[in-house]
Amino acid sequence: MDTLIQVSSSILLLIGSFLCLSGGVGILRFPDFYTRMHAVGVTETLATTMILIGLILHNPDFLVDVKLVIILLMTLFISPTASHALANAAIHNDLSKQKNDTSDSGVKPSKP
Amino acid sequence: MLIAATIAILVVMIMATIRAVMGPTLYDRVLAVNMFGTKTVLLISLLGFVMGRPEFLDIAIVYALINFISVIGVLRYSDNFTLKQSEEQKK
Repeated sequence: MDTLIQVSSSILLLIGSFLCLSGGVGILRFPDFYTRMHAVGVTETLATTMILIGLILHNPDFLVDVKLVIILLMTLFISPTASHALANAAIHNDLSKQKNDTSDSGVKPSKP
Repeated sequence: MLIAATIAILVVMIMATIRAVMGPTLYDRVLAVNMFGTKTVLLISLLGFVMGRPEFLDIAIVYALINFISVIGVLRYSDNFTLKQSEEQKK
């Protein structure tokens, strides 16, 4: 039983690390602001949940588990709020007007 | 496995720093800094377990709150002041 819990904790940590790395590649390679926001959203909800649940399974102490659950709940409340405020400010301030220096981003934006 | 996850999160933090330095607009930089802060919370939690001192979780809770407040503050500042000033300079 103990071995099963350790193995499942390791698998959850590996899935979270893979999702973090894919989000990091996405924030470097995606051509537009809103698509980069999608890549960051993956890392901030699913990867954080996977890694924190892996840490909860990793240790048997009750108080530490409570603190990890508090961190998980705060991240799940805070990061969609910050993403919503960021997208709202970008739309409100008309992001398409200030795209005059996208040539240094390394990736050519795909024209629809 | 904890050390592997820590190294992965460090690599992702370096990627977010690259995007924050070379981001074309202001909002790309704010997005990258927000991602950096969230990954810092995860890094503090993982390092607490790697070093065998889970008391670091208190610091992670405080860092999550500070990260949220700083992102909201920068967005309010960009709404009210910076972009209007750059539009006036264009006129």
